Amino acid sequence: MTIQFNDETFRDDYTFRNSEWAIRRFPFPFHEDSYMYSVNMERHRGGPEGSVYEKRFDVDEHYISEMRDRAQVLADDPLRCQSLPHMTLAGWDLLELIMVSKSEDYPDLFELHRDGATWRWVNKPLGIDDTFTFMDESSLPYGPMEYITRQTQGDFAVLDQRENNLWMDAGMVTTQADWSLDFDIGMNFFEWHAPVPMAHEMGVFKRALKFLLNVQQGSPARRLNWTMTVNPLLDTSPENYHKWGIQKTMLTPENVGRKQHLRVELQTFFRLPRSNALVFPIRCYLIALEDLVTVPKWGRRLHRVIRDLPEELATYKGFIDNRPMILDYLSQYDDGQTTSPGIWPDLDTEPPLRR
Amino acid sequence: MSAGLEKLPVIVTAKVKLNDLVTRFEFAHASGKALPPFSGGAHTVVEMQDGAKTRLNPYSLMSDPMDPTQYAISVRRDAAGRGGSVFLHDKVQVGDKLMLGMPVNLFALDLTARKHLMIAGGIGITPFVAQIKQLQTTGGAFELHYSARSQALASYADDLRAAHPKRVNLYLDDQNQQIPLERLLSGQPPGTHVYVCGPRGMIDWVLATAERLGWPPEAVHSEEFLAPQSGKPFTVDLAQTGKTITVGEHESLLEAMEREGVDAPYLCRGGACGQCETRVIAHDGTLQHNDHWLEDDERDGSKIMPCVSRFEGSRLVLDR
Repeated sequence: MTIQFNDETFRDDYTFRNSEWAIRRFPFPFHEDSYMYSVNMERHRGGPEGSVYEKRFDVDEHYISEMRDRAQVLADDPLRCQSLPHMTLAGWDLLELIMVSKSEDYPDLFELHRDGATWRWVNKPLGIDDTFTFMDESSLPYGPMEYITRQTQGDFAVLDQRENNLWMDAGMVTTQADWSLDFDIGMNFFEWHAPVPMAHEMGVFKRALKFLLNVQQGSPARRLNWTMTVNPLLDTSPENYHKWGIQKTMLTPENVGRKQHLRVELQTFFRLPRSNALVFPIRCYLIALEDLVTVPKWGRRLHRVIRDLPEELATYKGFIDNRPMILDYLSQYDDGQTTSPGIWPDLDTEPPLRR
Repeated sequence: MSAGLEKLPVIVTAKVKLNDLVTRFEFAHASGKALPPFSGGAHTVVEMQDGAKTRLNPYSLMSDPMDPTQYAISVRRDAAGRGGSVFLHDKVQVGDKLMLGMPVNLFALDLTARKHLMIAGGIGITPFVAQIKQLQTTGGAFELHYSARSQALASYADDLRAAHPKRVNLYLDDQNQQIPLERLLSGQPPGTHVYVCGPRGMIDWVLATAERLGWPPEAVHSEEFLAPQSGKPFTVDLAQTGKTITVGEHESLLEAMEREGVDAPYLCRGGACGQCETRVIAHDGTLQHNDHWLEDDERDGSKIMPCVSRFEGSRLVLDR
């Protein structure tokens, strides 16, 4: 299908909106009526047509506006994009992976023409047509990782693999759920996950690391993660907490459906061939509660998940204070009927809300 | 994750005899497509159809990692082995089709290193050939010390010395030349990483010397693929699949499971990567651990590496 790109903002006047199409394909993260951590990895080998899992790097109606927001974040704070010196090769790997994937998956939007080391990249939505020399940094306006991730939705953590561990040695991070690349740069897997409650005791990170170290070329993996965000803010960074944290206090029973968003990350993992590094794209999808409850199954289930979530997790995810107000709103959309297993909306089979 | 899933169909484009022991095989994608790039030190598992028997042997890729038109491996003929290398030498010809596993790297360069000190013995030269090509493209200081039995058996020594006269040093056994290991490991600038690939004795020698001289363990890298050893046949009960299988004298436990259609994950098939680690539910006998993956405290009867390890006794039940 041809994508109609929105002209919208993720700050100030918050004109971000999801179309009916975007709501139906939203990556709802709960496959049952409760939530607990797990190493919920699966192979990233496509998915149902039209779903966010179908392509290697999903492009949707928010693409152009998200890239504009990223450019503004970088203009205000260049440290959101960093690459330690040994990570340049991984940057070229990532550039190649994205250019090849997007040109194959969206031939109407992106083109890659390769003649030996001379590459021509055409990005129609952003109006880019650049010719450069592969592996020659001086032929691009930015380093290879920055160049391509200024044109790709989602954050990117590029992880070096050594000493049986992964190291956060490069990244482009402007749409993050309250973590900082500048703080984590150079840390290993256990160090950057230190703030997460409960999961260490459960052995989740040891198992997750073992899985990730074995993600091989040609066999990418994926999982979903989630949190809650007031207003459709992409940049919920620790650096800017003074700007967005206070917005959590502006939620009222009247505006909660419009302002409170479920924030879902589609996290994928690809082995990078030349550098043997691992890239961890973290793609953020936002949906207002009032849009989410138009899918009856999701309205019922989200109410039950938020209601039964352990206090530590609601605190860590930053919505413990607003939980009662969120629950008051969501309870209107939970009529107690059972929900079907799995994450899909099941609009044709799930019963409408009983008032 | 069963790593054997992703495979590359290739055609043999060249078979080059280097000396009495070693032959190089070059491959192109069977449908003319580009082969995936890889990182220096990566290996591929070569799948050979030898009559009814499927042979799967890992070999280091030694072509230029940046060249998508071809892969190359160099195979040392092991007449006393289980037959994979002899099959390649004697049966596989230019034009034949084979399947290769996607590249997997268990012997990668540490790109944070200020300098790479490479120590190779015999056929252990192959991963370094690819790593040196990678460093030629990306830049990076290296020094190779390569020991071989004789000039004739020193595969690629001439090419490497011609390309890097100041960085490649050759030591020949029949000239009584030996790598001056102690001196090499004592005189390196901070930030140097050492890599060794070769026979077991050489690896042990380098690891022990490095440890004695106070090298940090994270700066010392080694790779050795073990070939599965033959042994007495034994019977295994597989609890998940409900099958009882017999492992033949010249067959590995992993191969026996594959023969019986049991999905068993693997990456290296040589006791190094840990992918095939399998839980032992019960056993009455002796587990013969031949891998270098399991820690000593894991060799307590709770786990086995089916790619290289065997069993002798009356009963073995595995979680497969």
